[in-house]
Amino acid sequence: MDIHEYQAKKILSGFGVEIPRGGIAYSPENAENKAREIGGSKWVVKAQVHSGARGKAGGIIFCSSALEVAQATDKLLGKKLITNQTGPEGKIVNRVYIEEATDIRKELYLGLVFDRSSECIMVVASTEGGMSVEEISKEKPESIIRLKIEAAVGMQKFQAREIAFGLGIKPELISKTAEAIIGCYRAFSELDATMVEVNPLVISEQDQILALDCKMSFDNNALFRRNQISELRDKTQENENEIYASDRGLNYVSLDGNIGNIINGAGLAMASMDMIKLAGGEPANFLDVGGGATPEKIVKAFKLILMDKKVKVILVNIFAGINRCDWVAEGIIQALQKIDINMPLVIRLAGTNVEKGNKILKESKINYIEATTLEDAANKAVKALKELTK
Amino acid sequence: MTILIDEKTKIIIQGFTGKIGSFHANEMIKYGSNIVGGVTPGKGGQTHLGLPVFNTVKEAVKNTGASASVLFVPPAFAADSAMEAADAGIKICVAITDGIPSHDMIKIKRYMRRYSKSEKMTLIGPNCAGVISPGKALLGIMPGHIYIKGNVGIIGRSGTLGYEAAQQLKDLGIGISTSVGIGGDPINGSSFRDIIEKFEEDKNTEVVLMIGEIGGPQEVEAGKFAKENMSKPVVAYIAGLTAPKGRVMGHAGAIVSAYGESALEKVQLLEEYGVIISKNPSVMGYTVKQVLNGKKN
Repeated sequence: MDIHEYQAKKILSGFGVEIPRGGIAYSPENAENKAREIGGSKWVVKAQVHSGARGKAGGIIFCSSALEVAQATDKLLGKKLITNQTGPEGKIVNRVYIEEATDIRKELYLGLVFDRSSECIMVVASTEGGMSVEEISKEKPESIIRLKIEAAVGMQKFQAREIAFGLGIKPELISKTAEAIIGCYRAFSELDATMVEVNPLVISEQDQILALDCKMSFDNNALFRRNQISELRDKTQENENEIYASDRGLNYVSLDGNIGNIINGAGLAMASMDMIKLAGGEPANFLDVGGGATPEKIVKAFKLILMDKKVKVILVNIFAGINRCDWVAEGIIQALQKIDINMPLVIRLAGTNVEKGNKILKESKINYIEATTLEDAANKAVKALKELTK
Repeated sequence: MTILIDEKTKIIIQGFTGKIGSFHANEMIKYGSNIVGGVTPGKGGQTHLGLPVFNTVKEAVKNTGASASVLFVPPAFAADSAMEAADAGIKICVAITDGIPSHDMIKIKRYMRRYSKSEKMTLIGPNCAGVISPGKALLGIMPGHIYIKGNVGIIGRSGTLGYEAAQQLKDLGIGISTSVGIGGDPINGSSFRDIIEKFEEDKNTEVVLMIGEIGGPQEVEAGKFAKENMSKPVVAYIAGLTAPKGRVMGHAGAIVSAYGESALEKVQLLEEYGVIISKNPSVMGYTVKQVLNGKKN
């Protein structure tokens, strides 16, 4: 789960990391007042969307009067911000963050992630803040410092100092920088985060160490014990169909193609999508209804697929184990009695009692194309699509 | 011979009396697995499915001599149960549970470092289908009848895609020595490399089929190990050609976040290590067959 910049900063501040003064605003008047409250003569108005690269997309506006703050807010609120990370549909700006402008002397990069190879927490730091970590690894790989932290022991002060010295911080600021790094580490490890990225972490002209921008993601599997984090979820930043799916216990990712998929198991789903691609088609989605493929889940899956207007053909691929194909076939028939799908439907069943399952489907009145193997299913789905567009 | 388990392995079920634990324990018993009891804290002394229930894993091990456990404990308590199994001297623990937090997995793995190599428990999973040695024992949730006895070792992350592979092999008359599901989580008990090493040592395994997917470094690490240390051929299929970068594809670990983690990049790296690639998921069985035929010629 992702959260907004202002939420992430508030969390960091709770772990002793300094952040610029700021406040959230939902209207231009609100923003103008916030700017006056914060004080000073220069502000930054920042669109709050779940995406990086907001600056290049026009989502960050520098202002030198409270009136300008109001105007900038008016310009951003309600707009869809399209960045290189949001996709062409963009993400809606429902709130802006007003922050005092910082006199930046030096921009640094600080990120924390899991290192799957060593099963440690990896700190990545660089003197080249402001660029994305991908850009840094491409253009200035020599500037990157990596340090593995043993999670059971936690980050030690010497490790944080080592990073700070590695970043070329002057001696009188080392201890302050180390504290900021430890604060970020604690946020990562104590809140079940999967990513904490402070970019940039800046040294101001006044010698403060400030988190100027921050992104955080959390482990969905740990939200059951992180109520204060789950409350920060902003559904307006998520794909509508994906919300529908996650609320119903389905694993769904929306993609750009037009062949809708209903599959049981994540690996089999990815494999079926590979087959569609190799057959010359494009999948409209990833959808795992769970190993069991219960009739209830199949009904929900059809509803979900039909919400996506790009879908022209539906491919159902179920490998039945303990749950048996005959039972799955009954589930599919039940689903199709409730929902009118009006487009070509390819069904491939495999596994336990496959003959019985196929027989039940054939004898029912449903209109579908039977497929035997993964390859056959993908080929038939792509063929059905081509016939539609002839 | 098989790896990890055989018909003599004494098995207990952790989370025995729950709905899911009961259902699958029953399936395992029907398959012929030597289930000797189970653990549900607070229900010790009861009998369930005709078998004794214990309060702690230690008690279960002491009374039954069990050396393996299958874990169906809910995610919030699963890490605790896995560590309890390790502490009680269980040698192989298969964690079926889906949804264990990554920070908990790191904790379990760190906890297990206190044991010497000979005392250390092998943890399989979590979020996996389990382990099956056809005709001998099933420690997991897979449909036993699609696996026939033979000489191919399978390791995979996904449940149903593993079933697909087993079915393709069965249709070609090819059997399996052991099939191991290592699960779809980013941090797991045993890696691809850990398991192929065991297959290399097993005299009944002739070919290894590795079913990987996007995300993480494990498939490639196993490929490197195979090139440097293995005499047996390794066949691999990597799922997720169409997965966009930065999106989780169902399995918590199926996410491309760095170079070498996409399906195409993994395939290229594996080919460099001499791993034989199954071009698509429909020909996993056929590719293994070609390799087996080549060996005989």
